[in-house]
Amino acid sequence: MAKPGLDGHDRGARIIARAYRDAGFEVVYTGLHQTPEEIVQAAIQEDVDMIGLSSLAGAHLYLFPRVIELLEQSGANDIVVCGGGIFPEEDIPKLKKAGIKEIFTPGTPLSEVVAWVEENVEARR
Amino acid sequence: MFTKKGIERIETDKKKWQKLFQESIAKTGERLARFSTVSDRPVENLYTPVDLKDHDYSGDIGFPGQYPFTRGVQPSMYRGRLWTMRMFAGLGSARDTNRRFHLLVEEGETGLSTAFDMPTLMGYDTDSPKAKGECGRCGVAIDTLKDMEVLFEGLPIEKITTSMTINPPAAVLWAMYIAMAEKRGISRKVIGGTIQNDMLKEFIAQKTFMCPPESSMRLITDTIEFGTKEVPRWNPISISGYHIREAGSTAVQELAFTLADGIAYVEAALKRGMDVDSFAHRLSFFFNSHLDFFEEIAKFRAARRMWAKIMKERFKAKDPRSLWLRFHTQTAGCSLTAQQPYNNIIRTTLEALAAVLGGTQSLHTNSLDEVLALPTEEAATIALRTQQIIAEEVGIANTIDPLGGSYFLERLTNDMEEEAFAYIQKIDEMGGMVAAIERNYPQLEIADAAYQYQKQIDETEKTVIGVNKYVTGEELPVEILQIEEELERNQIEWTQEVKNSRNNKKVKTTLQRLGEAAQGDENLMYPILDAVRAYATEQEICDVFRDVFGIYRDPGVY
Repeated sequence: MAKPGLDGHDRGARIIARAYRDAGFEVVYTGLHQTPEEIVQAAIQEDVDMIGLSSLAGAHLYLFPRVIELLEQSGANDIVVCGGGIFPEEDIPKLKKAGIKEIFTPGTPLSEVVAWVEENVEARR
Repeated sequence: MFTKKGIERIETDKKKWQKLFQESIAKTGERLARFSTVSDRPVENLYTPVDLKDHDYSGDIGFPGQYPFTRGVQPSMYRGRLWTMRMFAGLGSARDTNRRFHLLVEEGETGLSTAFDMPTLMGYDTDSPKAKGECGRCGVAIDTLKDMEVLFEGLPIEKITTSMTINPPAAVLWAMYIAMAEKRGISRKVIGGTIQNDMLKEFIAQKTFMCPPESSMRLITDTIEFGTKEVPRWNPISISGYHIREAGSTAVQELAFTLADGIAYVEAALKRGMDVDSFAHRLSFFFNSHLDFFEEIAKFRAARRMWAKIMKERFKAKDPRSLWLRFHTQTAGCSLTAQQPYNNIIRTTLEALAAVLGGTQSLHTNSLDEVLALPTEEAATIALRTQQIIAEEVGIANTIDPLGGSYFLERLTNDMEEEAFAYIQKIDEMGGMVAAIERNYPQLEIADAAYQYQKQIDETEKTVIGVNKYVTGEELPVEILQIEEELERNQIEWTQEVKNSRNNKKVKTTLQRLGEAAQGDENLMYPILDAVRAYATEQEICDVFRDVFGIYRDPGVY
């Protein structure tokens, strides 16, 4: 779970991190104010299977695709990336086109978020 | 308040009534398995004088404007003057926000309130690599005094008060506001307003941080001291519970942590050698108004009574104004839904009603579209009209504290006060709020409460219309505000022009001076003012603080 950019709204990210932990996943939470570079570095270092990006301050159109770009540059684009938070409706297809596998918007139950991971994310290698 | 015999009779009668109650629900049971507030406090089926049997009217409820202030901070409350209608606004460039300010004033708001973008909130300029993609997206971009001058152009700041929601760089933005006013010939003795400037709740909840707690406290104490000497009509701090609640706390946690933060600020100022009555009357507060109607009203009343007791008994304040808990309220952003957004108008209305019945001094009402984007003009106007209708059509402002004496409300007020004081005691035993924060105590209490609440919604124990009940596939369309793409580029160019046309040698000198002052213990507001007047940028000033005080990193607990 990662918080890219300057956005400090972490209520959702931390709840999801707990839900993932309770579901038995191994969770690394980067904490706030991470640059895309720091996120990708941490993801590769921790050898994660998935990155969850949380954004509620409107800078997602720059930050999310930048994470994908850096993963590609590092040869780690088999890491699944999904996002959650506040997104204008018309931005969601743009993010998916950039390589974000799924976007979770307000009101999504925790069970759905967890189930999605179980169905869509495999252990790498 | 009631005679012993009277109470005994009511107790007996209530037992009889409970039998009647049970009979009437015998076939179908109660409507819900459990009745509880939004904060999960259990609620009984009926409240009577028995719930207030040890209550003393004069000592516990009293009169408005008199200790313990349960019924209101001023003697005349809304009979004398309505609360300030202060709509939080900020978007794009200073020019864009200035336009929105003018609109809101024309539509009848009575106080200004400024929302800044993430780079400004975090002490970065628009051209910082950390700011990429963030310019103007959640508030207005301010890089230098030039932006501040544009932001308030044409607005009568000698007559209207301004609030600025800004925390780590609050001293800098305040200095910009003061410098802007003085350039317009308006004295710092005359300007009125508030800077939020409450770092403790940042570490706990809102999470805009820059420097570690100790140096943050130093800077805040500097501003409080500066305010008492130089800007008498200004509230140098808005001790906030809003964000603590938005992060997922219960109502009692919001109440307790906010007042505990307040205690820490008072202690810091006293440690500096200030007299409590010199600054206490200018401490202001900021609460959330969430969905549970009575819980919120009780919370506001308990807050007033608690703070009065704290200031009188703990801090021995003598000036009656030092005992006042004056507060601004914002309706709960976290209670709004992305689904069926027009329902949010109703939620905001009820939350605003609670704030008014709770005796707020100032109120912001959220717009229906704020779960989706920054508010459009239309949505912000409806939110403002909500306040105006409450003020002038509905009659609740006709008499002071109309719900005072409600058995339910007074019982809730008492219970919440008791529980909040227990939290404060716990925090005291940890060594105060700064120590509690270093142990992640309030942060984890909030995370637990937030997680529990989310589970209750997912399991439909708590209802959210449009999300887990009455869900519709079709949505009425809502127009969303867009921030233009060229804004970031334009702002960078604009700030570069300011940098090119200022006296850069002077800027360098002021920043150097600031660095020296930061390493010593002089009041930093004065060197900040010098830097700001020379058109140093916000980040140039904040970088000095980062250099001297260090950078605080989120511990990332969940």
